[in-house]
Amino acid sequence: MIDANDISLIFHTNDGPVHALKDVNLEISKGDFVSFIGPSGCGKTTFLRCIAGLEQPTAGELRVNGMTPDEARMARAYGYVFQAAGLYPWRTIGGNVKLPLEIMGFSKAEQAARVARVLELVDLTGFEKKFPWQLSGGMQQRASIARALAFDADILLMDEPFGALDEIVRDHLNEQLLQLWARTEKTIAFVTHSIPEAVYLSTKIVVMSPRPGRITDVIDSPLPKERPLDIRDSPEFIAIAHRVRDGLRAGHDDV
Amino acid sequence: MLGRSGGLRLKSILPVLTVIGAILMIWVVAVVPMNMHLTADQAQRDGFAVTPDTPMARQDYSGLGLSLRNPSLVGLTYVQERPRLPSPHQVAVEMWKTIVMQRVTSKRSLVYHGWVTLSATLLGFAMGTTLGITLAVGIVYSRAMDMSVMPWAIASQTIPILALAPMIIVMLGAIGIHGLLPKSIISAYLSFFPVVVGMVKGLRSPDGMQLDLLRTYYASAAQGFWKLRLPASVPYLFASLKIGISASLVGAIVAELPTGARAGFGARMLVGDQYGQPLVTWAALFAAAITAAGLVGLFSLLERLTLRRMGMAGT
Repeated sequence: MIDANDISLIFHTNDGPVHALKDVNLEISKGDFVSFIGPSGCGKTTFLRCIAGLEQPTAGELRVNGMTPDEARMARAYGYVFQAAGLYPWRTIGGNVKLPLEIMGFSKAEQAARVARVLELVDLTGFEKKFPWQLSGGMQQRASIARALAFDADILLMDEPFGALDEIVRDHLNEQLLQLWARTEKTIAFVTHSIPEAVYLSTKIVVMSPRPGRITDVIDSPLPKERPLDIRDSPEFIAIAHRVRDGLRAGHDDV
Repeated sequence: MLGRSGGLRLKSILPVLTVIGAILMIWVVAVVPMNMHLTADQAQRDGFAVTPDTPMARQDYSGLGLSLRNPSLVGLTYVQERPRLPSPHQVAVEMWKTIVMQRVTSKRSLVYHGWVTLSATLLGFAMGTTLGITLAVGIVYSRAMDMSVMPWAIASQTIPILALAPMIIVMLGAIGIHGLLPKSIISAYLSFFPVVVGMVKGLRSPDGMQLDLLRTYYASAAQGFWKLRLPASVPYLFASLKIGISASLVGAIVAELPTGARAGFGARMLVGDQYGQPLVTWAALFAAAITAAGLVGLFSLLERLTLRRMGMAGT
């Protein structure tokens, strides 16, 4: 589904070149839930943006659904959820979810049906006519997830979508996201800097470290697909969290 | 609900009334020293006793000093026919006579003169706003225009309009264009600038994330304009329109001043000045100020209605 071979990316800044990504190799299969975790500057967001075709790697080969990232972007192969909900204040929740559908030229009837369906998926039925400022931060972020789901791309790219929300809301949204993933069978790439979030959500955890941005460990999670919140107290969960933390620390020691 | 909004309205009106009251007080007090010299001259001719008793000697006194020596003349300073500073009630009476008591088609009606100025203002405002929005779109989408147009737009506003207005009118007159259009061009000249500045800021207000979002949809540049940049610029546009409309009115009045226009607020101000009728000047001045306030108020109302309709009022 997503295949990265020796991806490198160098940003040229006033302070000289910055090695944002170095020799990144990764394979993501259909239906995976992959989390990218690491300290800031490790290139996790940059890598996600490379998959989306928003940044161009300076070396290596990256294939998304067998296409280049730019081709995949033009084929509307993925939905992208940003750190902030970024809803248009002049559009209702329904209008915001409709935005990509209008741009992609869906028929009016199809737009309405899809808006209703994805709002139901993120549990926002009945809020279609509300404006963003009438919703809480968590609800706004759910609306932005609905917007990314509306045109039914197979891949969902999420860049710290819950980073700005408080712990309780975040737990709730994590639980909902897992249900959503189970129902829609999307392939999800998810950037976070929270260890419990990464371990709770993922089938595959990619640990990264900075200077240069690189992958230090890839962990395939042995946790079952069905995950109640209290799985976080199980020994398996704690063991994986431990390994993630070790990976993060190892990355730091190299510097 | 009604009671609450009524209370709110009173709360917002009270400060305004306080300021108006303070200005009126200063005005009323200032009338006495400002008019005392000419009042004393007139009173002496009418046979009143005045100290000192020659105009020459009175010149050595300030208005205030003369007022203190002739307290009996204070009342007369408020009713001079050609005062240096008219009293508020004189201006009010003059406005009543020229606004309410005249047919609106009469050459002596301020409503007639107001419409002459207002029509040039509105046409010029429409031209200026159209030009401003067009330039702003060009500046945002074309790097070449961004580099070339903005410095000229800024430079255009540093030229005193009072120097430029007669030239524009004379040159347009030479090629046979008279009346409304030359005045409107000067209005447009003053009003396009705030619209350019505001719209450039507004069209550029969407942040990198919002632009990236549209890239992930593979949206066209036109879709980015109509769906993101234009709606995002609306609050900025209204801020500019409110400045632009009052600049337009100033432009139309200034255009009437140096060219011997026979109608309009500017013409009335000039007539009052040239024929020694300060009341005419003052009445035109106030009528123009009230017109400007009305126009800005109208755009504030439009702004509120539009933003509420767009869901951006957030009440």
